[in-house]
Amino acid sequence: MQMNQEFKPTIVAFCCNWCSYAGADLSGTNRLQYPANVKIIRIPCSCRLNPMFILRAFQRGADGVILCGCHPGDCHYTTGNYYARRRMTLLFSLLDYMGIERQRTRVEWVSAAEGAKFAATMNDFVDTITKLGPNRRLEDLRCKSE
Amino acid sequence: MQRIGVFVCWCGSNIAATVDVVQVAQALAKEPGVVFATDYQYMCSQAGQDLIGAAIKEHGLTGVVICSCSPRMHETTFRKTCQKAGLNPYMVEIANIREHCSWIHKDKPTATEKAVILGRAAIAKVHLNAPLTAGTSPVTKRALVIGGGIAGIQTALDIADAGFPVDIVEKKPTIGGKMTQIDKTFPTLDCAACILTPKMVDVSQNEKIDIISYAQVEKVQGFVGNFSVTIRKKARYVDESKCTGCGLCTEKCPQKKVPNEFNLGLDTRRAIYIPFAQAVPKVATIDPDYCSMLKSGKCGVCAKVCAAGAIDYKQQDELITREYGAIVVATGFEPIGMDKFDEFAYAQSPDVVTSLELERLMNAAGPTGGTLLRPSDGTHPHTLVFVQCVGSRCDGGEKGKPYCSKICCMYTAKHAMLIRDKYPDTEVYVFYIDVRTPGKNFDEFYRRAVEEYGVHYIKGMVGKVTPQDGKLKVQASDLLGGRQLHIDADMVVLAAAIEPDKSARPLATMLTASMDTNDFFTEAHPKLRPVESPTAGIFLSGACQGPKDIPETVAQAGAAASKVIGLLSKDALTCNPCTAQPDELKCNGCSSCENVCPYGAISYIDKPFRGPNRTTLIRRVAQVNPAVCQGCGACTVACPSGAMDLQGFSNKQIMAEVDAICR
Ligand code: FES
Repeated sequence: MQMNQEFKPTIVAFCCNWCSYAGADLSGTNRLQYPANVKIIRIPCSCRLNPMFILRAFQRGADGVILCGCHPGDCHYTTGNYYARRRMTLLFSLLDYMGIERQRTRVEWVSAAEGAKFAATMNDFVDTITKLGPNRRLEDLRCKSE
Repeated sequence: MQRIGVFVCWCGSNIAATVDVVQVAQALAKEPGVVFATDYQYMCSQAGQDLIGAAIKEHGLTGVVICSCSPRMHETTFRKTCQKAGLNPYMVEIANIREHCSWIHKDKPTATEKAVILGRAAIAKVHLNAPLTAGTSPVTKRALVIGGGIAGIQTALDIADAGFPVDIVEKKPTIGGKMTQIDKTFPTLDCAACILTPKMVDVSQNEKIDIISYAQVEKVQGFVGNFSVTIRKKARYVDESKCTGCGLCTEKCPQKKVPNEFNLGLDTRRAIYIPFAQAVPKVATIDPDYCSMLKSGKCGVCAKVCAAGAIDYKQQDELITREYGAIVVATGFEPIGMDKFDEFAYAQSPDVVTSLELERLMNAAGPTGGTLLRPSDGTHPHTLVFVQCVGSRCDGGEKGKPYCSKICCMYTAKHAMLIRDKYPDTEVYVFYIDVRTPGKNFDEFYRRAVEEYGVHYIKGMVGKVTPQDGKLKVQASDLLGGRQLHIDADMVVLAAAIEPDKSARPLATMLTASMDTNDFFTEAHPKLRPVESPTAGIFLSGACQGPKDIPETVAQAGAAASKVIGLLSKDALTCNPCTAQPDELKCNGCSSCENVCPYGAISYIDKPFRGPNRTTLIRRVAQVNPAVCQGCGACTVACPSGAMDLQGFSNKQIMAEVDAICR
């Protein structure tokens, strides 16, 4: 990667099917812009997010990972996001320990009606990561083809 | 290796305007496993679907990726298309290049590049898809309604009407609920008993309905279509099949000092009692807390006078276990206790009453025969003060509830109007925060109270009520007049907030149905699925879901019944095949998954495995009931040995997507 080129981070967003994925759909329906660096992966519920997926994303060169789920109390499966919240807290402290900047990961609650919040969140997250620069610490160069 | 077909949709210009669809199709054609890639204007149209079907057959596709609008939109459409063409419907993945791409980006090259990446991720996932078949489970064609108030009654009648048997479990000795205690109903002022009691009779005469009164649900097992419920029918010490409801025992019982809960303790009843004349079932019940025969073995008057020989002092609680296909929760509400509201002197003066107590004081079948008299001295009150929102709309406080109880504004207008109508010599003051009258003919009704009946509505709060010389000194503020008011009242009526019945919380735990912070049951979707609980097979009727008036309750009861009928009219249920599945060889039986499962879908069995040297090892392994599992995936992450995986969203599939995106 050429450093003097404008840095375009790779960002993976995990969205639960019932609220946040629908919220992302809504921000599309309302034509609310956010950068193309964000790629969304649909999961049934935020509690489906195995911390391994985040580590894997970083290892493969993602610069930021965000998890979006239903607001606490609104999870389609009642309690899923509470589990997710606890697991992520734990994972984040591990990432901290490993020296991964805290800002590279985020959990955000976005309801199906919050298209605007989704877009705003993504804009802000992309901004933060762009300022932070590329993720080097966890990137596994063996995974890179070039 | 899969043989994958990629279909890129233009969605007219919705996608094609910002994404170069031809280029996307060409780029994705180079991905491993892709044997066919094309673009078309409207994939979801008949012609588009035909194109997909033809390609599946022609190229022998084993997996399909459709780059189009959100899967929330057309996933089912495309699954059906593929199924028709002979491909397993779960071999389809959708790349959302409209809502998540073309609609949010303006720059064509960037959007095209992103569309390609999203397509790649979908291809990577489809490589790992496995054909899934939705299983089925049978449906027990009987419904259980928990709660026999107007909500439960209406639900049961509607279900029975459609030909399905229903059981009503009621914790009191009679069905009827709170509505039996109400005098008149707003905004029509028709008498509650006159519209409710015929329905209660209908219930008792309906062959399809079985009333299990004086009973409580004790255990719930199973899942949608197949619940097994244990009900504890408390001993009433009277044989229901023999008792004729003549009431002789309730006149002869020497224990006269029992507070009568039906009249909210405003008068007394006997130790053996029938709650009220129109009770259903009309059967006497002995109150074991007061019956001298049960307590000390001395008395037995009721047994002596009972010609039918129905009294049975030795009766025991009975446990009934039955199978149901659907469960309706109709546990209703109760007014909150007034003990935290010292400022209104509820505990100090009997002349400070709650609105429900006032209903009894105004009811012809109540303790005063319908004449409004002060509970303290039996005199006619001349000045009445109504306090609104007692315990409602209290934010953050320990004292009350944050929500609006919804019905208080209207019943207070009704009380004020009825009192002014019957006793024109009274002065009636209503202190309110806001008057809320959203409902058919509600505002007209309230305005009549003010304009026609001259009720004094004052915006402001009552600060303190002090009993003094037989009067109640009311200190209040008049916000609009900007002054302090001192009123010498004869009676003060508190519009107590309503809260869910106390039995609701333990019941919710048994049903694994979710509740909000106020203990109201949550609905599956606040707008689109208002009468279903998120837990499949559990339905909500009436005030257990939120404060409601009678028409709303009846409407919701009917809606819940129609959902139940829809469920019970099926012979078998199709299950969602995207369920969790344990790898028995990796499972170590630790119960981590069982603990996080919100549906109780996971159980354990001891299973024989082949051990070394022809031995058999018995190991405890997890089992998922696919009919109950909703596919959230909580267990897959909780499993420490990685034995649990979610079909359709497996670890490998999601990892493949991650890899494709980060490539
Ligand atoms: S379904 Fe959205 S967080 Fe569980």
